[in-house]
Amino acid sequence: MLGKTAGGLFWMFRNLERSENTARLIEAGFRIALTRPGSEEWTSVLKTAAAEQAYTAIHGDVEQAKVIDFLLRDPSNPSSVMSSYAQARQNARLVRTAITREVWEAVNESFMELKKCLARPVSERDLPDILGQIRRDSALVRGALHGSMLRNDVFDFCRMGTFLERADNTARILDVKYYVLLPSVTQVGSSLDNVQWETILRSVSGVRAYSWLNQGKATPMGIADFLIFDPRMPRSLRYSLTKIRSNLAMLEAQYNDRHPCHDTVERLDASLTANTVEHVFEDGLHEFLTQFLGDIGQLGTDIQSDYKFME
Amino acid sequence: MSDSAGYFDEMRGFGDGARAPYGQYAAWFGQEDPKGLMKEAKEAEDFFRRTGITFNVYGQAEAEERLIPFDIVPRIISGKEWARLTKGIEQRVRAINAFLYDIYHRQEILRAGRVPVDLIARNEAFLPMMIGVEPPGGIYTHIVGIDLVRTGEDEFFVLEDNARTPSGVSYMLENRETMLQMFPELFSQIKVRPVSQYPISLRNSLAAAMPPDASPDQTVAVLTPGIHNSAYFEHAFLADQMGVELVDGTDLKVIDGRIAMRTTRGYKPIDVVYRRIDDDFLDPMNFNPDSLLGVPGIFDVYRAGRITIANAPGTGISDDKAIYSYMPDIVEFYTGEKAILQNVPTWRCSEPEALAYVLDNLADLVVKEVHGSGGYGMLVGPAASKKELAAFRAKLEAKPGGYIAQPTLALSTVPILTKAGLAPRHVDLRPFALFSPNGVDITPGGLTRVALKKGSLVVNSSQGGGTKDTWVLEDD
Repeated sequence: MLGKTAGGLFWMFRNLERSENTARLIEAGFRIALTRPGSEEWTSVLKTAAAEQAYTAIHGDVEQAKVIDFLLRDPSNPSSVMSSYAQARQNARLVRTAITREVWEAVNESFMELKKCLARPVSERDLPDILGQIRRDSALVRGALHGSMLRNDVFDFCRMGTFLERADNTARILDVKYYVLLPSVTQVGSSLDNVQWETILRSVSGVRAYSWLNQGKATPMGIADFLIFDPRMPRSLRYSLTKIRSNLAMLEAQYNDRHPCHDTVERLDASLTANTVEHVFEDGLHEFLTQFLGDIGQLGTDIQSDYKFME
Repeated sequence: MSDSAGYFDEMRGFGDGARAPYGQYAAWFGQEDPKGLMKEAKEAEDFFRRTGITFNVYGQAEAEERLIPFDIVPRIISGKEWARLTKGIEQRVRAINAFLYDIYHRQEILRAGRVPVDLIARNEAFLPMMIGVEPPGGIYTHIVGIDLVRTGEDEFFVLEDNARTPSGVSYMLENRETMLQMFPELFSQIKVRPVSQYPISLRNSLAAAMPPDASPDQTVAVLTPGIHNSAYFEHAFLADQMGVELVDGTDLKVIDGRIAMRTTRGYKPIDVVYRRIDDDFLDPMNFNPDSLLGVPGIFDVYRAGRITIANAPGTGISDDKAIYSYMPDIVEFYTGEKAILQNVPTWRCSEPEALAYVLDNLADLVVKEVHGSGGYGMLVGPAASKKELAAFRAKLEAKPGGYIAQPTLALSTVPILTKAGLAPRHVDLRPFALFSPNGVDITPGGLTRVALKKGSLVVNSSQGGGTKDTWVLEDD
């Protein structure tokens, strides 16, 4: 496979994941704003989407309608849902020969649908429908990928793009909210206020799953454990890293070739496996997350150069 | 059908009954509800948009992708008609290749005085660097598209030769797929010769013209200018169908005297480049130094005989419309036979008497730039305004050698489906021929382009033309 193609696949799925994550952040922010008027939720949504500076430069004050528009459809925001999706489709055009017709059509159709929906600013009334549409489109692409693609190097690069982006996103959600989860010693094990944990879990579509696993009892440690360490949670750091590791292992087997990225991922996986949520809280959640974000950034760079995405 | 009076309609001839090749189709059509068919036609468009068969239009602000409109009424050619056409095409393809070999070697045809020396020596498309170069397998034109028009029952003319990088073959293939999906019952009733073997034939044909020290894998790659090129879809489509890599200049490099592509496992040599970029952009080291699209040094590898470039650099000379006017002589010179396919009578404006005639009759003629393509920079006299005629007259007087003129042909029509039912529209036909050391291979079918505007003679997609599926019948 061409190095450029591997890069195109990787970025196609990173961008798809990014657009889905941004849509989910908007959904969480919107829900909180509706149920808890006066909360500062939109500011932290902008922070999580790494769009606060860009937003402030254009709009100044944080206003719901403007934030939603900026995150959903502003072409000047490179990680708006529309921008990410347009980029993903451009990547898909680039790697058209590597993906099946089903995957291409799913991406292309979703893109056309999205472009139509987002041609004009979205009213509050239409927002839930459109966010739902974006969720369904993501599921369509994912389904086409799983149902029609060979399990070879092409598939591995797609999946690594997805999980690197996902790990990055979950870590950023936690990092923006770490102050919420920061317990004083006496509070360890105490319950959190509803609104605080709800926003975090909503941003990863994990409210029901968490409740079900914890009988509805939300503690800072419980939530952090769920999002960092739980191997059953498909958006946890642990789960994402395990996936990347297994895709890299499959590449190693297929190519019969080992690279620095294999060492990096094994080191990261081992250190996460050896760690516990108690340790993380002892050493500092923010410090842990900063380190983690740096590490997966490095992993991305290694993969990129080991598989020759660029000259 | 009074508006088409005087034109040969391929479905009805000059009369009202269906011509033989259209007999079965006409019977089928008679039992269909035109409204229902219109609805299905609309669905076909959605299908194209979904699958991404679009082309980018140059000069539009956002480089928006546009669809080439597709008409669901097939263009039907009998097996007998096709047999005659293929003989003519094969003869022409062999002659073009022999002509290219000759003008880049001994130039016998110039010595014999059959083609003026000036026409070659002062031609922008002539590539002096190709003189003495031996293309692998002796093949210059691996892929040729010959544009044909029809004016009567037995009247076919070659409108132009495309030996540089003929495009449009993806439409031939996708139009057929669409028809198969929309009207499977038609194909079980009517024996239509298949076209789907084209990508495999193309791959085999390219592989047959490998360089002598090719790798055992016989690696072929399609070289595209990139994702923003108007024909990018076709480049990706062909690479996909052939099962080969689609590369651009940034993927390629000269390593150990060979062209190699950057893969996830390092650089891998390739043996044949099916390039879809122009000569000028092929090699910034040897040609246009400003090109960012090509591969520095590829021409040196080519000259050393270690890569096949399809089509060979310098083939554009045979697309030249001034050379075209000599094609009957060229065919006769190299094959010893009369040309089977006729040329359209052509006035070379570089010749003073011809120029005088053209200027006197501008309103009746079609005038083309000798290096032009895509329907740009051309004048259709009968359709032009006084102002356009005057402007073109000035251009002609300023640079007569840059133009040729032809009579306005009574192009045949084939019906398209409109809200008012079937309506005749003018068409042309581009069959695709593959040439390798194993011979000439012509896919039964081709790209039928149709002028969708009533009365229009311009079929180019960039100028509002559409396409049709082209059927060659299994009748002999």
